[in-house]
Amino acid sequence: MDRIPILKLGGALIVTIQVDMQDRLAIALEEDLSAMIARTGARGVLIEISALEIVDSFIGRMLVSIAAVSRVLDAETVVAGMRPAVAITLVELGLELTGIRTALNVERGMAIIQSRIAEEGEGHGGDWDRDES
Amino acid sequence: MTKAETLPIRSGDDVVRVRQRVRTLCIEIGLGLVDQTKFVTAASELARNTLDYGGGGDVRAEVVQTGTRKGLRLTFEDEGPGIADIEQALTDHFTSGGGLGLGLGGAKRLSNEFHIESTPGVGTRVTVVRWK
Repeated sequence: MDRIPILKLGGALIVTIQVDMQDRLAIALEEDLSAMIARTGARGVLIEISALEIVDSFIGRMLVSIAAVSRVLDAETVVAGMRPAVAITLVELGLELTGIRTALNVERGMAIIQSRIAEEGEGHGGDWDRDES
Repeated sequence: MTKAETLPIRSGDDVVRVRQRVRTLCIEIGLGLVDQTKFVTAASELARNTLDYGGGGDVRAEVVQTGTRKGLRLTFEDEGPGIADIEQALTDHFTSGGGLGLGLGGAKRLSNEFHIESTPGVGTRVTVVRWK
């Protein structure tokens, strides 16, 4: 089964969704991400979706669910790069991305995560450099 | 003047194929990017409902024309358990299992025309149209 690769960069995990997601792939991503947050102690998850042509309620629920699980594991989720047409459609659809920070692009998304790491850095510093993967 | 085709909705992969085909047809009738995105999203919601609640079914896609106006009509049909209370099903966030929630109401908002017929024990048919 195909899986979406997860990259670790400092205290952040980065995922780029470039395929048309269907159920199994979405469930696998959620599981892989939560396992990787637990293993690496990542403080942020950046999900880049500029390749997604639509976000329907299925994908929206997946993003909300990833954010909720990540939050319980003490990591913040930022969704970056949503296309303008997708944003317009989401609003009309009535989908609220509860608990998800959004950023215009990867650069701004990383800035959000980095500032969180910097703010809370003191107590967690040791964890970031340890690569257990 | 119509051109019709039918696509099966039996798996998650079929839902992806329906989205791709609807996108192509939206482009063919000349919809702009935002309207394409809205209608493909509506189709995705309805295809998923057909799969998850109707136990699978199919969708008929037709390019329709009235006068000089072109549109795309999609008819989703299943022989599932049907919906007893359609008004309630159209309400946002109706569903406890994370399902219909935004599906029907969202698809209605994202389409120019929306029609639903459902008979408990027989099945459900949802028709949506987006005009150029």
